[in-house]
Amino acid sequence: MDPILVLRLPRLRYVQARTVEEAAAIVGSDGGRAMLIAGGTDLLPNLKRRQFDVATLVSLRGIPGWDAITGDPQAGMSLSAGATLDQVARHPAVLSGYRALAQAAGLVSTPQIRYMGTLGGNLMVDPRCNYYNQTFAWRKAVGFCLKKDGDICLVARSSPRCWAVSSSDTAPVAVAFAASVVLQGMAGTRRVRAAELYRDDGIDYTTRKRDEVITSVEFPAARTTTSAYWKLRRRGSFDFPIVGAAVVIWWEDGVVRDARGALSAVGSHPVDISSYLSSLRGVHPDERLIAELAAAADKPARPLDNTDLSHYWRKRMTRVFIERALRDAAGLDPQAGLLTAQLKS
Amino acid sequence: MSDELSIVGQSLVKPDAMGKVSGQTKFADDLMLPRMLFGRLLRSPYPHARIRRIDTSKATAIPGVLAVLTGEDLPVKFGILPVSQDEEALAREKVRYVGDPVAAVAATDEWIADEAIDRIEVEFEELPRYMSLEEALADGGGEPIHGRTNVHKAVALEFGDTEEAISGAAHQREDIVFFEGNTHLPMEQHAAVAQYGQDGRLTLWSSTQTPHYVHRALGKVLEMPMSRIRVIATPNGGGFGGKSDIFAHELVAAKLALVTGRPVKITLTREEVFYAHRGRHPVLMKVRTGFTKEGVITGMQFQSFLDGGGYGSYGVASTYYTGALQTTTYAIPRYRFEGARLFTNKPPCGPKRGHGTPQPRFALEVHLDKVAEELGIDPVNLRLRNLPEPDSRTVNWLRITSCGLRACIEKVAAESRFLEQRRAMPAGRGLGFAVSSYLSGAGTAIYWNEMPHSEVQLKVDRGGGVALLCGAIDIGQGSDHILAAIAAEVLGVSLDDIQLTTADTDLTPIDLGSYSSRVTFMAGNAARAAAEKVRAILFEAAAEALQCDPDDLQARDRRVFRRARPEDGMTFAQAVVAAEAKRGVVAASGSYTPPRIAGPYKGSGVGPSPAYSYSAAVVEVDCDARTGEVRVPQVWIAHDIGRAINPMLVVGQVEGSVYMALGEALMEEQTFRLGLHKFPSMLEYKSPTALEAPVIHTYLVETIDPEGPFGAKEAGQGPLLPVIPAVANAVYNAIGVRIDEIPITPDRVLKALAEKAKGRLPRVGPRRVPAFAFPALIQVERPPEWTQS
Ligand SMILES: Cc1cc2nc3c(=O)[nH]c(=O)nc-3n(C[C@H](O)[C@H](O)[C@H](O)COP(=O)(O)OP(=O)(O)OC[C@H]3O[C@@H](n4cnc5c(N)ncnc54)[C@H](O)[C@@H]3O)c2cc1C
Ligand code: SF4
Repeated sequence: MDPILVLRLPRLRYVQARTVEEAAAIVGSDGGRAMLIAGGTDLLPNLKRRQFDVATLVSLRGIPGWDAITGDPQAGMSLSAGATLDQVARHPAVLSGYRALAQAAGLVSTPQIRYMGTLGGNLMVDPRCNYYNQTFAWRKAVGFCLKKDGDICLVARSSPRCWAVSSSDTAPVAVAFAASVVLQGMAGTRRVRAAELYRDDGIDYTTRKRDEVITSVEFPAARTTTSAYWKLRRRGSFDFPIVGAAVVIWWEDGVVRDARGALSAVGSHPVDISSYLSSLRGVHPDERLIAELAAAADKPARPLDNTDLSHYWRKRMTRVFIERALRDAAGLDPQAGLLTAQLKS
Repeated sequence: MSDELSIVGQSLVKPDAMGKVSGQTKFADDLMLPRMLFGRLLRSPYPHARIRRIDTSKATAIPGVLAVLTGEDLPVKFGILPVSQDEEALAREKVRYVGDPVAAVAATDEWIADEAIDRIEVEFEELPRYMSLEEALADGGGEPIHGRTNVHKAVALEFGDTEEAISGAAHQREDIVFFEGNTHLPMEQHAAVAQYGQDGRLTLWSSTQTPHYVHRALGKVLEMPMSRIRVIATPNGGGFGGKSDIFAHELVAAKLALVTGRPVKITLTREEVFYAHRGRHPVLMKVRTGFTKEGVITGMQFQSFLDGGGYGSYGVASTYYTGALQTTTYAIPRYRFEGARLFTNKPPCGPKRGHGTPQPRFALEVHLDKVAEELGIDPVNLRLRNLPEPDSRTVNWLRITSCGLRACIEKVAAESRFLEQRRAMPAGRGLGFAVSSYLSGAGTAIYWNEMPHSEVQLKVDRGGGVALLCGAIDIGQGSDHILAAIAAEVLGVSLDDIQLTTADTDLTPIDLGSYSSRVTFMAGNAARAAAEKVRAILFEAAAEALQCDPDDLQARDRRVFRRARPEDGMTFAQAVVAAEAKRGVVAASGSYTPPRIAGPYKGSGVGPSPAYSYSAAVVEVDCDARTGEVRVPQVWIAHDIGRAINPMLVVGQVEGSVYMALGEALMEEQTFRLGLHKFPSMLEYKSPTALEAPVIHTYLVETIDPEGPFGAKEAGQGPLLPVIPAVANAVYNAIGVRIDEIPITPDRVLKALAEKAKGRLPRVGPRRVPAFAFPALIQVERPPEWTQS
């Protein structure tokens, strides 16, 4: 028995799948009590806190070719769901064509977690809330909440829904790049745009069906693209984002052809802010335009008092981080922006 | 050959280092005994509630559950201080914070133990909760937490007429500041293993800083003679004060072992460590001081309100500590201290690195920084005009021996170019400055007695080995090294020749524990005394063989030889053989009792120390005015260590203190919501990682204290103190805002910047202290040297 592991996992059946079909068949047929496990870095701590009632874990790590990364920025790239965050963060082709993705993967937590954690698992991180990511005893003492075992939301008491926070760093990048996610279930394979993988709900946060395994994420060609991911968190390692801003700009003849962006940690899904960036098209943005757009693009951000630091500060920080990401992608000094988070006193 | 020191003063690798880095060290949770059971505690889900009924039958019925305990099984109350015997191992009538232990089980594995805990049914009746100082003081709040009032302790002392001194002064200033509570966060969770033998003897291995106090409490609570109880402190994976109390899991593991006849282990989860707490008190403070126009302090009034949590713990001492060391840092001719500790429904607060003094240090150093600006005197100069004198007595009767504060101040100010640079750096950057003092061991024990505070036994063997036995426990600070280095220095042997046995109440003589920065000073002095006695025995025998006077002998490099003719001598082992042949076992003991120097008033027991360490720090901050984030790229810190017995260990303590201080200054806070600890986990309780650690320039100042072992003073706590206010002062110099509230979080900084932008007072912090009737001031006669001023 290992010492110090005093917070115990529930007793579980552990199955190592040899193929995607086999994994899909088990999770699809176990009456909802089986879950996929990749690196386990999100799932296992959650299970120790009894956030899911699970009888079986189906591991994807033994599937041949599970961590492959293929393609190049000229043609587009395909990243297997099992590619580790460390692989993604260091891959030369990812770094050159999809810098925001490499940045986001490299900013996840600690080296240990990036060695174990995968891209697929990162897209599926269970939305977080500091009333929910607590031990069973703590949640019991507080009276439980909607997301698990209870019937009210403790953050927004009159709310009929859960506002747990989408906390994945790579999800907004996939959304901003308009990447496609390939899912394989018992009925076959389908592909969806990254944004369509998510729902704006802290509990029912994905359109992935129970039996579906994410097999890969496909990033479109990125020949004339610049991109950036800016992450706000208390500490430079270890911490989940409390605001994340991903921005991708497609250039043509020195001006913006298209620009897209998405936010992490300010809602229950990656929040698409592309519509706020449309006036970048056809211009070479200067810092005033960027500041103007960023100041408006924080509108859909709705942080609540359920993660680190105060939510009004996080709300005010959102535009600063959008500005930083935009400036970064546009080749300006990211930290020398015009906006401040200024609080009303 | 000279009389120069050969081991003391060297940066040698400490004896436990290899065990730690190679994974061989056995911490309490590493212990596995045959047939061992696993214990778990059921803890209160309510901050304040009466226990109506407990039904354990369903838990007892589970196969694999061997015992279930409730408060009725351990009815004797205890507490670390004799005046605060208010805790029960398992609550009997009332629970006082979420996490207060209520029942316990022992089972054959941890899953069964968990299940059994779930099956215990407790019926609670919730009582109104008190979650802050204000709530604790509000009238008509319903049933108090203990007794008839939530005021745990209130004290009021005055040394000279302060009102006269302040109101008549050329300059006066008042400040109100708040310091939020935080916790120790040791890497090793608390763990204890208990075994009850067929011989009727109980052994407890525990990750504790105070095995002797645990020994006493076990005797009391289990109603067993101490002679049948053995407490062994296992190597601590960090303590910082968090393992210096008596904990429920220790008493419960022992009781479960008695009841089941099988070994029982209880390891706390990280969440439970947050509930065990005994950490930094949240303290609201008001300081009012008078100055001459030259900036010399004429008098000071200091008030503190401590949010104590659910039990007494060390709280009475903590309360006095918030008032005690103002006067050892600055020469204050008249001084008034009023302090009150209130019970609240939170985990009990107690000693954390700096025990009760970082909060007032923050108040005072920020206060002085503001005064310096008002008087147009630079902050360094203002301090230099108020330094305490070496070999003096403070107005509250504390005896100062060596004092290197001036040298510390001059060193950091020069190295950091503080005066030139503090406000002249690129936008957002600035330097802040602060100073401090701290005890080298409390001058009085936790329970009143006249015995030594530290004792060492030493025995040498024919092979030249030296066995050293001492009750001191190494909590990572390096006390094992200090004991070995001192004995080796005196006996002239190598560190490898010393065989240490520590912190085992069956084998080792008393050391009161690893708290209050006392071990180097007190156990070090005891080791030195024991070693000198053994050396005298060896010299006597060697002198006979060498036909010289014992006084002419020297011990060094594993030899005993004539000082004047070094070739004329013998090996250390030969000297042992000669002595043993002459008189049998060669052994001796040494002990250390601090001088009785407490002043002539009630409450004077907190504050006296045989010597005070001094520190000064300059902190550089880099503030992002767009976000309010504050980073610390560099810290300069000078520490008056007396003498560095091992400079590498001292620097390690200084750096650890800086790092811990920055965590408190910028992010750590123990906060509550809906009556619960908001985030009892290492991920969400924000404490800095190695990435946030700044470049630290450490300078050691040696003042060779007359009473310290080889002149040494403390290093474990003092260097934390100046860093926190230096951060606050640096933020002011960088961006012109005052954050009079710890921690300095980005939203607070932004709020203050917004005030500044509007032309209002650029400050965030409390504005008032509660109306509170302190007891009548006890007027204490000042020591004679102060009565002229
Ligand atoms: C201390 C700590 C800090 C962290 N910080 C961050 C952070 O800053 N940013 C961040 O984004 N994450 C963070 N994480 C979360 C997590 O480590 C990462 O998101 C990681 O990428 C998850 O990948 P995994 O392979 O370990 O997922 P797992 O834990 O194995 O799985 C996570 C979820 O995804 C599902 N899943 C996994 N693979 C697939 C697949 N192929 N198809 C369908 N479903 C799948 C699982 O069923 C599970 O629901 C942190 C975790 C910890 C413990
Ligand atoms: S947002 Fe509300 S319902 Fe969702 S996890 Fe948090 S408290 Fe529970």
